[in-house]
Amino acid sequence: MIILRKEHRVLVQGITGKQGTFWTELMQAYGTNVVGGVNPKKAGTEHCGVPVFASAVDAMKEVEFDASILFIPPLGVKDAALDAIEAGAKNLCILTEHIPVQDVMYIMAARGAETHITGPNTAGSVTIGECFQGFMPAFNERIFKKGSVGVISRSGSLGTLMCQNIVSAGYGQSAFVGIGGDPIIGTTTRDALEALDGFEGTDAVVMVGEIGGTMEEEAAEYAATMSKPVIAFIAGGAAPKGKKMGHAGAIVMGDRGTYASKKQALEAAGVTVLATPSHVGDALKESL
Amino acid sequence: MNFEEYAAKPLLKAAGIAIPDGRYVRTPEDAAEAFDAIGPSVIKAQVPTGKRGKAGGIKIADTADEARDAAQAILGMEIAGHRVEGVLVEGRSDIHREFYAAVMNDSGSKGPLVLFSTEGGMDIEEVAAETPDKLKQTAVDIRTGFDADAARALLDGLDLGEAVDAIADFLVNLYTAYRDNDAELLEVNPLAQVAGGGLVALDCKFVLDDSAIKRHEDLAAKGSPEKLTELEQRGEDAVIKYIELDGDVGVLANGAGLTMTTMDVVRHHGGKPANFCEIGGEAYTKAQTALGMVLDKPGIKSLVVNFCGAFARCEVMMEGLLNAWDELQPEIPVFFSIAGTGDEEAIKMLKDRLGLVPYPDMDAASKAAVDAARDAAKGDGA
Repeated sequence: MIILRKEHRVLVQGITGKQGTFWTELMQAYGTNVVGGVNPKKAGTEHCGVPVFASAVDAMKEVEFDASILFIPPLGVKDAALDAIEAGAKNLCILTEHIPVQDVMYIMAARGAETHITGPNTAGSVTIGECFQGFMPAFNERIFKKGSVGVISRSGSLGTLMCQNIVSAGYGQSAFVGIGGDPIIGTTTRDALEALDGFEGTDAVVMVGEIGGTMEEEAAEYAATMSKPVIAFIAGGAAPKGKKMGHAGAIVMGDRGTYASKKQALEAAGVTVLATPSHVGDALKESL
Repeated sequence: MNFEEYAAKPLLKAAGIAIPDGRYVRTPEDAAEAFDAIGPSVIKAQVPTGKRGKAGGIKIADTADEARDAAQAILGMEIAGHRVEGVLVEGRSDIHREFYAAVMNDSGSKGPLVLFSTEGGMDIEEVAAETPDKLKQTAVDIRTGFDADAARALLDGLDLGEAVDAIADFLVNLYTAYRDNDAELLEVNPLAQVAGGGLVALDCKFVLDDSAIKRHEDLAAKGSPEKLTELEQRGEDAVIKYIELDGDVGVLANGAGLTMTTMDVVRHHGGKPANFCEIGGEAYTKAQTALGMVLDKPGIKSLVVNFCGAFARCEVMMEGLLNAWDELQPEIPVFFSIAGTGDEEAIKMLKDRLGLVPYPDMDAASKAAVDAARDAAKGDGA
């Protein structure tokens, strides 16, 4: 995966919508280098101070971009993502929830080795003090403060809470990576862990997982090889079996995806597993 | 969304897969009548779950009277929590061999997975665990699809005799049905090779991707939505994810991860959550409706409200909540934790309108809610 930097040129697909406009203005104010937007019906106009194009392919011809962020409704995401892939985007951030899974699989198959995808169903990411993408309260200094802790989260709200706890314990973050709550996502917990392990200024990683799937178990294999400390919290220990807990990916089927399996795999890899998110400060104190 | 067998099988037929002659009926009389049209039959309980045979939900009938009696016995049964409302009366096949076949969404390969096994009629998890060499699987590139050559490559090494080509064609058709209907899972178990060599799908499990319902509304109308409690149905109608649980500490939070965690923290402090209720994502303007649902849970003794704004903004959620508060006047104690986008405005609103101050974090708020519920329970006992 690619951690977004301030020098990356960013396209916003769906820039003219209500959410697209609201968050593009915030992203620009924080430092995200937005170079253009897409809305086929408003091509040729300007919005949020940048030109609007009919497609990502058109945008690439006029203003080159590295990354694209999609503020697009579920049934429109497949076409928008394929457009961005065809244009040659290196990174796609797909925020939308409830995209038909076969559309998501199509997007995943279509991305070449050169295109990284974050999401779907992610709240975005923050590179603290540089830029952010998605629906993140990057400005709030009680939540995001420059520091040396990398944070990964499947959930936006819970990741935000964890970041606030890190700051109130006297620490700060290097980058926050929201990977998304869907069962099929482009950047896995392990991918994000590897990226943060190699990210400058990162001394520890806090990983916020959930019940369902086996991503935390796979990340544990990589964590075992790391010299940086890893701290994890897994949500859903109190959830009943067989129920989708709000996120499509958060469901325990039989023995797969259980809290116990994840906790065991992580602890075996030397990861500190927190009882509640409020304990993150103490765990950081011990490991840093 | 799950589908009962009778509602799933027409999807196979539409894709060119043979299914037995069958009728879906809801009374013993209609079962007898169906027998007259079909002949020797299997009478099968229609519920959106497996293991019907073990529960006594599948019976054989050689006469119309037997069909009537079988339907009489099966209708009204409870199988894995589902009441049997209908049975499928289906012609019996002269079975020579049984196979297993499925196409499903696979998070590992991030694409479709086609599975085939010579061990039909068995639980596939068991086959995978005990005789993995009899289970073949292949990941498919969804852009190019799955053709007969790919199917023959998958089947290579299995002892299938002359059936190979027919099975390859069947798998291609199964894949087509999976794609055409936005399946999460389309499974035929068993697939029977019958007298004369033909292939017939004896059972079918179809799960429609919930996120694709909006482009299959006619099909979804034939599905079996998850059984909901009255409160859960209210949530469904208002497009708020609400799951009723058996505890007495209500939980209202934004975002799936945060809501799950609030439940975990309530449990960590020795309490039992009464519900999962999240108003994140697009539901964040629905705090008003959500509060009503949470408060209406019988036996609720306290409530923890945990907002952490990211996309959902705290002041918008708080506005909805306070409006609901004025109307509903909660009688139980409510404990707040507020952080993230719009937190300062939300905290000010809470102070100005209710004179309340939030707890410093969710642990403190949840613990206070657990203690309050415990005290209230003691009060009830006295």
